[in-house]
Amino acid sequence: MASDVDHDHEHQDVPPDVALRVMSLESLLVEKGIVDKSALDALVDTYERKIGPRNGARVVARAWSDPAYKQRLLDDADRAIAELGYAGMQGEHMVVVENTPTVHNVVVCTLCSCYPWPVLGLPPVWYKSSAYRSRAVIDPRGVLREFGTSIPPGVEVRVWDSTAEIRYLVLPERPAGCAHLNEEELARLVTRDAMVGVVRDLLPAPAESA
Amino acid sequence: MNGIHDMGGMHGMGPIPVDENGGVFHAPWEGRLFAMRRAAGAWRRWNIDAMRHAIEQVPPAQYLQASYYARHYLAFVEILLSSGLVTREELASGRPAAGQPKLTPPLTASLIPEMVAKGFPATRGAPVAPRMRVGQRVRTRNIQPVGPTRLPRYARGKSGTVIRDYGVFVFPDTNAQFLGEKPQHLYCVRFSARELWGDQADAGDCVHLDLWDDYFEPG
Repeated sequence: MASDVDHDHEHQDVPPDVALRVMSLESLLVEKGIVDKSALDALVDTYERKIGPRNGARVVARAWSDPAYKQRLLDDADRAIAELGYAGMQGEHMVVVENTPTVHNVVVCTLCSCYPWPVLGLPPVWYKSSAYRSRAVIDPRGVLREFGTSIPPGVEVRVWDSTAEIRYLVLPERPAGCAHLNEEELARLVTRDAMVGVVRDLLPAPAESA
Repeated sequence: MNGIHDMGGMHGMGPIPVDENGGVFHAPWEGRLFAMRRAAGAWRRWNIDAMRHAIEQVPPAQYLQASYYARHYLAFVEILLSSGLVTREELASGRPAAGQPKLTPPLTASLIPEMVAKGFPATRGAPVAPRMRVGQRVRTRNIQPVGPTRLPRYARGKSGTVIRDYGVFVFPDTNAQFLGEKPQHLYCVRFSARELWGDQADAGDCVHLDLWDDYFEPG
């Protein structure tokens, strides 16, 4: 069997010439006046550059730094996330679930690929993959092991299958040994994968930028 | 619809492609398609549930072989055709039909920040009473609709506990078919992993689904 990378490249060929077809469709829709080209540019720019997992990382860092904020976040995530200026499309209704020493949360969308865009941006390939969507609910511990995450037997795994318009964000545990860091420095420790819940333990030193 | 999209619990899909991170879009066409879907959606000829159902109706073999965005391309073309925004002739030629005045796109660049920031809330103010209450044990119906549903196969005919009442939301099963929003309460329901998967599952683990009143057995 081909490697995953080759596998993905094969995907590009269904339907054949999809890149050309999309170009042709764009010129048709623009010429008909159905879509505006500069609106397309602005949408691409928004999700390529402005909205991504750094937003969620700031939410998590605030929750780690401010117990009252954390409580608001767990009680009414929409309002608390909006305090930091994040809200909107594909994250209109947010719920934050908290990891603790005895609970680990992991998020999936088995039916499509629902994901909290305002705080994490658009989902990565693995989140949208058939492998993740099919197995995260039936074998979450096995799926997490593929991400290098081992959940001890005494820790309860809670899977959240996003079947409606509610979008879930995992609040990871604050790593030990980072008491001296300010909120901005804390935000740099927080990874996208931890906020989806496929990674449990964050390192007390800045992660490589995701 | 018992379609290929309803993947929860299936085996044989291979390892998780954990290293596939890359950019937001892997090729420029993915971004253009992503943006076209949003911009054409501003005509309000369909809704998010109808769009999802169009994706579900991509034939299973194609669904599995196509990448995420390629699959969306197939579904987007179908919904453009069925909504009447484009014709098959236009799609084939790549040119607008002769003699048609040029339309005015409803979504312009200046409207994007507001659209992105506000989104499209699915809550409704309709005064609908909840059928269930938090803490209640509930059983999902064993339904096999040919049309759209957000009750996955793996959670049909199963017992769980309501842990949260999210309030009144649009019901996607009817909305996807343009049969009305049928607003009703949406709940978060906790199922033990063993209820869903049997003894092979860890005893303490659980799976949560967000489910509407229509998905539960009476009483």
